[in-house]
Amino acid sequence: MKPAPFTIARPAALDAAQQTLHAASHDTKIISGGQSLGPMLNLRLARPERLVDITGLPELTEIRQTATHVEIGAAVTHARIEDGEVPDPIPGMLRHVASGIAYRAVRNRGTIGGSLCHADPAADWVTAMTALGALLVVRSGSSGVREIPMSGFMLGAYRTAMEAGEFLTTVRIPRYSPRARWGYYKICRKVGEFADAIAAFVADPETRTCRVVFGSTGGAPLACRDLARHIATTGGAAPLATVKTVLRDSGLDLSEVKIHQLAVAHRRAVSGALSDV
Amino acid sequence: MTTGIGARIERKEDRRLLTGQAKFVGDIKLPRQWEAAFVRSPVAHGRIRAIRKPDGQEHRVFVAADLCDVRPIRAESSLPTYNASDQYPLAKDKVRFVGECVALCIAPTRAEAEDLAEAVEIDIEPLPPVIDALKARQAGAPLVHEEWGNNLFLTTFFDGDIEALRKTAPVVIEREYSTARQCMNPMEGKGTLAHWDERAGQLVVYTSTQVPHLIRTGVSEFLGLDQGQVRVIAPDVGGGFGYKCVLQPEELSVSWVARRTGRPIRWTEDRREHLVAGANTRQHHYKLTAFADERGKLLGMDAEITVDVGAYSVWPFTACLEAAQAGGNLPGPYDFGTYRCRTWSVATNKPAFTPYRGVARPGVCFAMELTIDAIARAVGREPSEVRKENLVAAAKMPFTNVTKKFYDSGDYPESVAQAERHIGLSEFRTRQAAARAEGRHLGIGFSTFTEQSAHGTKVFAAWGLPLVPGYEQAMVKITPSGSVEVRSGNHSFGQGLETTLAQVASEWLTIDVSRINVTMGDTGVTPYSTGAYASRGMVMAGGAVSKAAEVLAGRVKTHAAHLLQCKPDDVRLADGKAWFKEAHVGFDDIARAWYLRPDQLPDDVETAGLEVTEGYKPDIDTGVFTYATHAAIVEVDPDTGKVAIEDYYIFEDCGRRVNPLILEGQAFGGAAQGIGTALFEEVLYDANGQPLTSTLADYVLPGPAELPHFRLGHAETLSPYTRHGIKGVGEGAAIAPGGAIVNAINDALRPFAVEINTIPATPDKVLGAILRSRAAQEVAE
Repeated sequence: MKPAPFTIARPAALDAAQQTLHAASHDTKIISGGQSLGPMLNLRLARPERLVDITGLPELTEIRQTATHVEIGAAVTHARIEDGEVPDPIPGMLRHVASGIAYRAVRNRGTIGGSLCHADPAADWVTAMTALGALLVVRSGSSGVREIPMSGFMLGAYRTAMEAGEFLTTVRIPRYSPRARWGYYKICRKVGEFADAIAAFVADPETRTCRVVFGSTGGAPLACRDLARHIATTGGAAPLATVKTVLRDSGLDLSEVKIHQLAVAHRRAVSGALSDV
Repeated sequence: MTTGIGARIERKEDRRLLTGQAKFVGDIKLPRQWEAAFVRSPVAHGRIRAIRKPDGQEHRVFVAADLCDVRPIRAESSLPTYNASDQYPLAKDKVRFVGECVALCIAPTRAEAEDLAEAVEIDIEPLPPVIDALKARQAGAPLVHEEWGNNLFLTTFFDGDIEALRKTAPVVIEREYSTARQCMNPMEGKGTLAHWDERAGQLVVYTSTQVPHLIRTGVSEFLGLDQGQVRVIAPDVGGGFGYKCVLQPEELSVSWVARRTGRPIRWTEDRREHLVAGANTRQHHYKLTAFADERGKLLGMDAEITVDVGAYSVWPFTACLEAAQAGGNLPGPYDFGTYRCRTWSVATNKPAFTPYRGVARPGVCFAMELTIDAIARAVGREPSEVRKENLVAAAKMPFTNVTKKFYDSGDYPESVAQAERHIGLSEFRTRQAAARAEGRHLGIGFSTFTEQSAHGTKVFAAWGLPLVPGYEQAMVKITPSGSVEVRSGNHSFGQGLETTLAQVASEWLTIDVSRINVTMGDTGVTPYSTGAYASRGMVMAGGAVSKAAEVLAGRVKTHAAHLLQCKPDDVRLADGKAWFKEAHVGFDDIARAWYLRPDQLPDDVETAGLEVTEGYKPDIDTGVFTYATHAAIVEVDPDTGKVAIEDYYIFEDCGRRVNPLILEGQAFGGAAQGIGTALFEEVLYDANGQPLTSTLADYVLPGPAELPHFRLGHAETLSPYTRHGIKGVGEGAAIAPGGAIVNAINDALRPFAVEINTIPATPDKVLGAILRSRAAQEVAE
């Protein structure tokens, strides 16, 4: 279980990274914390000729707050978020999600940008960021900078809307009002494992925002407007049977056990979010 | 403070183990050493058409044709119906499981060896695989070994007059149970480093094994060397659990290549190799019919046991040990008179079955304990009451059961009573009812077993094995400075033998364990032992050290008598000194006189000296039986299928506790592995025999957060037949968790009319059963 041979570049500035990636062949991969790519390299499931390590880029480890957004550099670790270094756009949610990712040893190295770009369907950030309506800032050597809304970023299992040569620099999360509520519930076989089912819920009456998202569905996170509307209009989650019907009709290939777990996770996420209102 | 038998002292070996100073095979570096990587079969079953070595690299790649002078591993057995298999260390002609070694590649580093392995082209004609043991039993199934004409390593039949019961028994319970295939997952996988030592004229094999002397015998036998030409050294070993109690094909191929190339060659198993090629244990299927009276008293049992043995029969314990033990041990601690049992040891396209901590008993205990609870539910009684009434009563000890097992001592029903009391059974039923009213589902489960430990010569001979353990030997000596050296051919890979053997020597010699050095694992310096397996270490090696230390204590007294000017019989040993009345001499004085100042000794001194090797086996050959009852309280979340263990109590009796602290560690570790068996661990295959659980992301092991705070109670019924009354303890706690936890789950799920009869009881299975039951109820309504 040793990786195939590769070279590694460690650019120290964004421009240099941009040039390296622009010049690179398609056999180049970006490595950040390496918590997913590392095992894939060792298993030789990924075998790039070259790695570009972006963890040394100062811009990518910055955390900023603007009037409207919290901006997190792509190479910020889960641990920094767990430890509260990131101002929470909605009180408590980022820390809660970060603290449930794998184990502390993984969180010490694994990064938010790496997790989003890896696009594992069972990972946490892809679902949480979809619920939060995050914007992903990507850069390329040729076309400069563009923003991709999280809802359109993950295209499927391990697939994103980023094109060759592009890389993620910043995650921009809108700031929510004090009246906003969130819920996040995941079902795992054991502490630290990838989830069997994730449900996220974010609502802000000030901006008339309400999102219901399911994760670990085998593909991109599943946002359900109808279920969100149900909560917005009734103040509570739809009945389990209704949620299960929505999931069954989603077109995803889900077992009955999975559907039940997702529906239960949704019920628990919503009731946890609304119980203290 | 005495450090003899019974002392609760910390382990001598822990400082180096916990500070990273232990030396495993992976830590050894020899001059000119290269690393090995294997090309392994990508298919479950196929015929090898061609293997092409990369151009210019032929001398670094080895295949079966190169190893033509190596005999295939063949474990013989004298049991009727047994089919032996030939396992070539590098597959020849056919591959029979995914992960079977096909070629060995060497390079300066492991990464380069893996690059080379990737470049080897293997052309295999796929054959239909046999993945399901029940289907493999049937006529017309593809054949793993064509020459047999079937897929049966062994069938056994234990006859009993069950037909009469079938007509008369008031209660008849029929069930099917199954247990998943598992990997043992020691922290350190397999590993072998071999080189030819020209000065000694020996092949030196460092290997991670429980049985160094057996490996020496095996390596010399299959490589065609005299045993004097082979030295096996097992350095620190990071867990064994049975995984390392058999000869590994890799030990042979690495040894052969090291000898051929004249270069030290090392291979260390990585986790993926373990999870694929080491998926070799626990997979049983049971079809049981139990007959009972209206009170739930067991009258008889009819059993069909199928063990999914995989492709080959391991050396020396064969493919048959598991089914033989399953058939013999299914009645377990229960007292009933009629038993019929058929077993099938079935060849499939999976790695070769290897006995894992508990050997067969985790399966039989699971099947038996679920059956006891099913009987109790059928007669409407508390399961633990039915259990107590069916267990062998203390007054009947010693007791010979229906399969002629000789239970030497113990009070089995009392272990259940203790567990009931400490887990709080009566209070629990009230709490359970209240929780149900709130929509929470708690359950309680019990599981009782006996474990034959330190099986002796006759037991192994009856299994028809080629090698049979006999007298275990140990050497104990006083060094010139008065400290003590113990040498045993047994081995310690986490069980704490380094400490407990020192404690046994300390018991006789009264010297502190800090001055007792225990050496194990090196065939060059230790007396022959068949090694550490079958919970025999403490009974056998402990007994041998005890006997040698007792003789040595007598010699010490004789020598001391000269210095103390008294008779040997008047000398007593205490505090590491020899005493005559108030006068004393130290071990250092005694040793100095013998080794360095013999002028101080008279001419008629005892000339055998201060070094003793003795052989030992217990007074009976049938093994000594430990027993325990485990009790679990679980909460099942019926919406997610998750099972949380709220409380876990173990009441056990393993005879004399040599070190209570180590015994607790054994119990906690074993129970943790049993919880893995009960709730988490499962090797899955697709229809083509491809393993789907080849990383630890897919093969789920319990972690600290999944384990309860174990509580432990003891009885100490000394075995009448062993030195110090010791019984084996290493395996026991891994046996019962499946039964206790699943009985608790089924107790919790009674309102859902759900019964789980397979382990691991994963959320998928538990929730799936609940959903199916609900759907069926809705249809019925």
